[in-house]
Amino acid sequence: MSSYDRQRLVSMNDSIIEATDFRKTYGDLVAVDSISLEVKRREIFGLLGPNGAGKTSTLETLEGLRPPDGGSLRVMGINPTCQPRKLRRLVGVQLQTSGLPDSIRVNEAMELFCAYHNVAPNYEVLKRLGLEEKMSTQYYMLSAGQKRRLALALAIAHNPSVLFLDEPTAGLDVPSRIELHKLMGELKEADTTIMLATHDMAEAEKLADRVAILLRGRIAATGTPRELTATGSGLTKVSVRTSGSSLSDPDIAFPAVTQHGVKDEYIIYYSTDPGPTVSAIIAHIKEQKDTLVDLRVERPSLEERFLELTGTRNAE
Amino acid sequence: MRAFINHFSFEFRTGIRNKSLLLLNYLFPLAFYVMMGLLMAELNPTFLDTMIPAMIVFAALSSMVLGLPNPLVSSREAGIFRSYKINGIPAVSILTIPALTTVVHTIVVAAIISATATRFFDAASPVNWAGFALVVLLTVFTVAGIGVLVGVISSDSHSTVLWSQLIFLPSMMLGGLMIPSSMLPEVLRKVGMLLPSTYAMHAFQGLAWEVDTGFDPLWSVIILLASGILSFGLAIYLFSWDRHNTTRRAHPLLAFVSWLPYIVGALLS
Repeated sequence: MSSYDRQRLVSMNDSIIEATDFRKTYGDLVAVDSISLEVKRREIFGLLGPNGAGKTSTLETLEGLRPPDGGSLRVMGINPTCQPRKLRRLVGVQLQTSGLPDSIRVNEAMELFCAYHNVAPNYEVLKRLGLEEKMSTQYYMLSAGQKRRLALALAIAHNPSVLFLDEPTAGLDVPSRIELHKLMGELKEADTTIMLATHDMAEAEKLADRVAILLRGRIAATGTPRELTATGSGLTKVSVRTSGSSLSDPDIAFPAVTQHGVKDEYIIYYSTDPGPTVSAIIAHIKEQKDTLVDLRVERPSLEERFLELTGTRNAE
Repeated sequence: MRAFINHFSFEFRTGIRNKSLLLLNYLFPLAFYVMMGLLMAELNPTFLDTMIPAMIVFAALSSMVLGLPNPLVSSREAGIFRSYKINGIPAVSILTIPALTTVVHTIVVAAIISATATRFFDAASPVNWAGFALVVLLTVFTVAGIGVLVGVISSDSHSTVLWSQLIFLPSMMLGGLMIPSSMLPEVLRKVGMLLPSTYAMHAFQGLAWEVDTGFDPLWSVIILLASGILSFGLAIYLFSWDRHNTTRRAHPLLAFVSWLPYIVGALLS
């Protein structure tokens, strides 16, 4: 049994990623302020937060790219700062910003990195990510999206047990994004633990088993996407558009509505109980001999909860 | 071993595929060699006595002092070293493999110069080919070390040019390439003793052409070897993965320690 397999076995029932009172500073700037988190085996864990919240600092310290300034970090039981070589075999990393030599060809990059991981070149993953026809293309000739896909292919080529993805879908077109989401699901099924930092709330809600929302270096909320949305205001958004002006009077009161506003041609109501609200709205439109053009009911999303926590919903 | 071969093979191909490196590794030194052969043979026939070593030292300076540092700096600035780090490529490989491949390119150029200079320009051939081979290897090793060290300590591409030219230009003028050291004024001759090219020329002339230069060629060999080892050692010690992560083991000025052997040589001369 190789050390790789042993390490994999040892961690089967343990937390795969552990951060305890982790702190990261840059001079006077506290990027991450004593956070603790735990990621279990085969989990997809999302790190969410606005720019500068500490997501990349957290990921890069867990990856062993930067030393922590306090607390303890473990990835599969390995201290990323003290045992970086051991860590490399077990983790795959797609950085937010990185690069490759301009003159390296796609197949050469795969061969080079796989050689250092001591595995055979994984051309299948290049094919899977739509880079099959770009095998002989030099790096500088690839588009931004192709470069992102290559970085991802290189991160997963050696079949890592833990995958760190920093904004993996940034710059990807829709088909590539869908393919990546599918691939992440398959990797999870194949026993890979994934930690991803993203701005894309829909992506986090769809993929992540659990998420943590970082704000100014601290964890503002953590849990499953469903738990997080449930702990928010719980307001359901009801958007209504009519052909007439039956809803234009701001003094009309509907049951369970706590806030309302206008956006584009829609009147927006935030309701604690959408059933009675929607019934009352329809009855009112009918009574006013107006015509309903469109009505949408949206349950609280992770994005709504995120905006609530970051205090940007009202601004929006 | 597979990783080393793969990395070496890629870097070697880069030295030909990349137009700037192709220029500095092959085109510039070979074009300069042909030009010097055509011009200097007419203007200064005594130049033919030192043409082969002078052109080899020039080729080493071109490929390693002008060519080697910039890719290292631009790779660090572009985050390429970060990609390497997360994929387990060690710092030693990042520094030594490009140096080794550049050494191979320079040896190819040295072989072309050695094989053609006598035939086409009537340049003096070495009398001791074993000594010649030893000094070629030693020269390219030392200059490669200096090139790598310049790449490691330069904060950006602009300072790389500054450091490279600070070594390249005086080496051309005072290092015995164009004008023999013995013909320089005493002050400039002393200044020339602070340059690796001077010791390379002394070593070539003493060990390969068996000419007395007034400076023991064995001391030249020892000084070059010491400087090469110090340069590589300091480059690995001062290496930084990331331009954002500026934590270094020591201040870049520590790199000047690699110049100590030349200071000793200047005092001995």
